[in-house]
Amino acid sequence: MAIAELEEKPRISPFYDPKIRAFVYQAAMIFLVGYGLYAAYTNAVTGLSKQGVVTSLGFWDSVAGFPISFRLIDFTELSSYGTAFWVGLINTVVVSVIGIFLATILGFIVGIARLSSNWLISKIAYWYVQIIRNIPLLIQLILIADLMHHLPGATEIKQNTSGIYLTNQGLFTPRPVFEAGSGLIFYAFLGGLVAFIGYYNWAKNRQIATGKQSPTGLVFLGLIVIFPIAVFFISGMPISLAYPVKTRFSFQGDATLQIEFVAALLGLVIYTAAFIAEVVRAGIMSVSKGQTEAASALGLTAGQNLRLVVVPQAFRVILPPLTNQYLNLTKNSSLASVIAFPELVQVFAGTVLNQTNQAIPVMGITMLVYLTISLITSFLMNAFNQRMALRER
Amino acid sequence: MKSSLISLTVGSAITLIAGAVSAGTLDTVKSKGFLQCGSNTSLAGFGQPDPQGNWKGLDVDFCRAVASAIFNDPTKVKFTPLAAKDRFTALQSGEIDALVRNTTWTLSRDTTLGAFFGAVNYYDGQGFLVRKSMNIKSALELNGATVCVQQGTTTELNLTDYFRANKITYKPVVFAGSDETLKAYDSGRCDAYTTDASGLYAERLKLTKPEDNAVLPEIISKEPLGPAVRQGDDQWANIIRWTHYAMVTAEEQGVTTANVDEMLKSTNPDIKRLLGTEGKFGEGLGLKNDWAYQIIKNVGNYGESFERNVGAGSQLKIARGQNGLWSKGGLQYAPPIR
Ligand SMILES: N[C@@H](CCC(=O)N[C@@H](CS)C(=O)NCC(=O)O)C(=O)O
Repeated sequence: MAIAELEEKPRISPFYDPKIRAFVYQAAMIFLVGYGLYAAYTNAVTGLSKQGVVTSLGFWDSVAGFPISFRLIDFTELSSYGTAFWVGLINTVVVSVIGIFLATILGFIVGIARLSSNWLISKIAYWYVQIIRNIPLLIQLILIADLMHHLPGATEIKQNTSGIYLTNQGLFTPRPVFEAGSGLIFYAFLGGLVAFIGYYNWAKNRQIATGKQSPTGLVFLGLIVIFPIAVFFISGMPISLAYPVKTRFSFQGDATLQIEFVAALLGLVIYTAAFIAEVVRAGIMSVSKGQTEAASALGLTAGQNLRLVVVPQAFRVILPPLTNQYLNLTKNSSLASVIAFPELVQVFAGTVLNQTNQAIPVMGITMLVYLTISLITSFLMNAFNQRMALRER
Repeated sequence: MKSSLISLTVGSAITLIAGAVSAGTLDTVKSKGFLQCGSNTSLAGFGQPDPQGNWKGLDVDFCRAVASAIFNDPTKVKFTPLAAKDRFTALQSGEIDALVRNTTWTLSRDTTLGAFFGAVNYYDGQGFLVRKSMNIKSALELNGATVCVQQGTTTELNLTDYFRANKITYKPVVFAGSDETLKAYDSGRCDAYTTDASGLYAERLKLTKPEDNAVLPEIISKEPLGPAVRQGDDQWANIIRWTHYAMVTAEEQGVTTANVDEMLKSTNPDIKRLLGTEGKFGEGLGLKNDWAYQIIKNVGNYGESFERNVGAGSQLKIARGQNGLWSKGGLQYAPPIR
């Protein structure tokens, strides 16, 4: 009896029950938000239909009728608006992913350089961060694009033997032409890669077990570079180069690197790297000095110290704000629409919207896309963060 | 609570953006005390502020004419400079009362954009501008060329049609703003720049070396440019289109800013009806009977406005051509005021 009495919960009126309260608050909140969105949507649609504007996604499969100069999937004037959406989306993703990759590298270099004991290097890094971080990205993009527009025109350039031309349309280079049998070289490369990974694991285990080191650099060169090249010659050189051929206005085909893409990429990388550099610097400074001292007491070189001791610990501090920078870069890529890079906003929320006049569906989809990309990025980075987290035992 | 506040704000913002404008536009304009006109950001001859900040141009004159008809005062108008791609949103949302910005009348703009076009104040067509050094004599030689074009325009659409129809290709470089578009062409990024022929004449003046550029002979489209209003307000639509017709009628009848006071004494019934000395035509529009007198007195007739802004009296020196009166071989024709 006594025990049962003890277990009985103290009675609270439902009005003061924190659980019930929380539930009611949250339900009310969801209702309000939902109603707000619903009201906004229906109001907009009825308002527009009063003016004779019908909101629908019926245009999706209609012929778009315009070309896009930078595309990674097939797109012609006869493709649909839906395909134009994918071209824009893929361009956004490509410029963002490559941008994130390069900005991370540059950001780490600058961040580490800021902490360098070399006065000149640390000052250069300091001013890089100060200047780039404090000028709006839009202005930097316009400036970069404008500078690139002043490269020589394709018509002014003479045909040369290198086959490499830097013009204000982009960089034209010889392109590989894969003939029959070229698959062999690809397989050779793949085989070399697999063999190298096997060798690397073996060498690592051996080092852990016996402390003996084995050469990796040379083996890498042999398996991944020399082996495929040898196969290339043995199989009778099935890959040849097609040199750009001058036409009246340009060179045949598209540029290897189009100027708008390069300008967008450069702008995003230079800008975001300045922020990443600060994140990296903060991360490194958070690692206690004792760690570095201990590392040098053990005889690690400065490079080994950075690579094996400091950076792995700094990573835990760096990752969350780094994720933010990745999200920023992705969203900022929409600014590239201003310099005529055909990413999602330029193609879909620009040209497609203007031709179909479907503002609500088009803008809605565009917003959803950025939301989705951002959520995926956050999710991946969180998963990575969890893996890197300190395991407390 | 913060986020529900946000959602309410967003909700009401969208409501504002897309909310139908229920009161008649004329009443709204009268109670505001001025006309809000959607204009070019900067296009010589059509709509552009001069160095003193006064708006000048054919389309600007049109807005001033509407303001004169309503308020007897051509200065009671405010201009909202709009990029091509933003203009219809501004019209739909009620941000502007009329869109007078070298805008082409097309079927889909009448139907899917909720715009209503009533009159054509400039008959135009699309052309190409190229560098003389390229030695191009015809647009058909542009196969493989890079073309700079402004987004959200009929220009963008015609360009595709023209190349497709002629089985030639081009590489588009598409900008949202007109200045970026022109600058990219000027710096050499594009081999050709395309827009309405009137725009070519105007924009050419902004190039570093205007004389090094030439307009190609082909006109690849029909661009009837005119004022647009929202669908569903017939009274307002009438005022807009009859403002243009009053200006054309005045030119037909030889009524000008200089002689309009004298013309009040005219015995010609057409002129009497135009100037409101006979009949009650202005009242039918919801205006005063001297509405057209005010337009002519303050702004002038169509020919005067044309010559001053884009014709012989301007930098552009565009010939009347298609924009001449129908009686002189042009297309400008006003239905009778009666
Ligand atoms: N008439 C065409 C094109 C109108 C247009 O926007 N033209 C550009 C190029 S001339 C322009 O006016 N730009 C000047 C500005 O944006 O103020 C249309 O209605 O779509």
